[in-house]
Amino acid sequence: MTSVTLFGLLGALLVGLGLFGLLVHPHPLRKILSFNLLGGGVFLLFGVVARRGAGAGLGGDPVPQALVITGLVVAFAATALAVVLLLRLFQESGSATLRTDAPAGKDAGGAADH
Amino acid sequence: MSTPDGFLLVLMLTAPVVGLLIAFVLGGRNAERVALLTMPVGLIIAVTIAVALWRSDAALVYVLGGWAPPLGIVLRADGLSAAMLVTVAVVICATGLFARAEFRTPEAVPEARAPFSFWILLLSVWAAMNMVFLGGDLFNLYVALELLTFAAVPLVCLDGRAETFRAALRYLVFALFGSLLYLLGVALLYGAYGTLDIAMLAAVVRPEPVTWVAGALMTVGLLAKTALFPLHLWLPPAHAGAPAPASAVLSALVVKGSFFILVRLWFDVMPAVPGEAGAQLLGALGAAAILVSSVVALRQARLKLLIAYSTLAQIGYLFLMFPLAFDTGSGQLVSGVALTGGMLQAISHATAKAAMFMTAGLMYQALGHDRIAELGGVARALPMTVFAFGLAGVSLIGLPPSGGFLAKWLLLTAAVGGGQWWWVAVILIGGLLSAGYIFKVLAQAVGAPNVALTLRAPVPRHREAIALVLALLSVLLGLVALGPIDLLQIARPGLALVHSQ
Repeated sequence: MTSVTLFGLLGALLVGLGLFGLLVHPHPLRKILSFNLLGGGVFLLFGVVARRGAGAGLGGDPVPQALVITGLVVAFAATALAVVLLLRLFQESGSATLRTDAPAGKDAGGAADH
Repeated sequence: MSTPDGFLLVLMLTAPVVGLLIAFVLGGRNAERVALLTMPVGLIIAVTIAVALWRSDAALVYVLGGWAPPLGIVLRADGLSAAMLVTVAVVICATGLFARAEFRTPEAVPEARAPFSFWILLLSVWAAMNMVFLGGDLFNLYVALELLTFAAVPLVCLDGRAETFRAALRYLVFALFGSLLYLLGVALLYGAYGTLDIAMLAAVVRPEPVTWVAGALMTVGLLAKTALFPLHLWLPPAHAGAPAPASAVLSALVVKGSFFILVRLWFDVMPAVPGEAGAQLLGALGAAAILVSSVVALRQARLKLLIAYSTLAQIGYLFLMFPLAFDTGSGQLVSGVALTGGMLQAISHATAKAAMFMTAGLMYQALGHDRIAELGGVARALPMTVFAFGLAGVSLIGLPPSGGFLAKWLLLTAAVGGGQWWWVAVILIGGLLSAGYIFKVLAQAVGAPNVALTLRAPVPRHREAIALVLALLSVLLGLVALGPIDLLQIARPGLALVHSQ
């Protein structure tokens, strides 16, 4: 098995794990972590694409690497935004669940502020 | 190479960004002033682009830094881009004027969180939308898509209630899921063909497994962001919970961003790849969205939720154009009557829905609630608001001469012409259902109050007027059939149309 195939399979595995987590886990923090796992898989695939498309004597095609750097920045910003929203949700409602039928007592405090 | 007017595209992209950076640096109540100054500038640039396109009858292109693809990236404006640029500029300007009363920094403080955030985010949404319309490179479009998400999600939770944070977080999770699927598709396409430039990719792309997988991943991702049934669950709480000007922008514009990229993908990048089955599937999802969401809208007790579900139904119409644009002879999607109808639906829905959320906001402000059953007598108290709501409804239902009518008429023409009668039934039933939920609200509003109506706050005339102007625009949009509608087809491959009808 060449390293390109190995990393390709690993990337696919990460994408699968991330998708599974994103769809199955109800807790937002786990969803955020799964999103990062999924993102990691996609970036790994970009790396594989870069290696596979490299010209003779070169380590890699530079374009996918540039795309990965941009993608990392975007994923980082997305994670930061999600974590901030989650923190604020916890501060306002005392719980960090996405279910709208969350216990009413916990919600009342946040809603009454306004 | 860049066309002579290509620099206009750079101006269009940079104007809102420069505005938002200056607003961010100056801070406080200057954010509002800078935003309101930026808006007319952006509107003028958008109109100039449309005029330049009309005159030259060919796409405007700007090659960034003189680096031609595949190494560099290009900005490109065709008829679809120009029409959407103008629509977005008009709606943003109207929303800005409408929002002044709601997002004014209080006199006592130098800076307040919600107003400052709103004006910055409004310009950010605008900048991201412009990038979506002008991007000529699939990865560039990914970045635009993410910028749009980051600008739109905080708009949902501006007033800081727990339930709005929940709605925003759910929206963000759906959006991130969608954009990563899109990015995965981009990675596969680059791996297979070695370019992401839309024009170059279109020349080399072939119907083969890797393209099908990439196309399917990107399509599902974009559907999640556009809130097409059955990936729509995030939209109603997010759009109904936001403050009225934010709802107007989210519902009228933001969902059209991911939809526009989907159109680029299907019509420009891989018109021959999805095949008839793919196009019919997308149409079926659209039809399900129209029927299910309209029925759910009918059952809503709160006005803002009703309008949000109506958005879901109207999004469904956008997807009917995919099967209708499929040409069985050549086995690919062609830019014709169906595409024009679909884009016109996007444009008329943008103006009508912005107007509708504004009127809902005004009623909420005046009554302190938006329960439909208790709207009795509001037509007497706020006649202009209810009239604007009704006019916007005329366009959503698709009564002549509104833009919605022309859009649905073009879709019907394409359906009849292509012998696909089942879409005719969907369009007509959808129109009846939307008439149902619009009249449900209007009947209450013009009826007698069942409890004495007390207005909590006076409603300024000029805010009512802005909603009315947008609603009027949507109704008068049908008149573009007299000429400007051909703008949509400039620099598009395929047929020149539409006047044969």
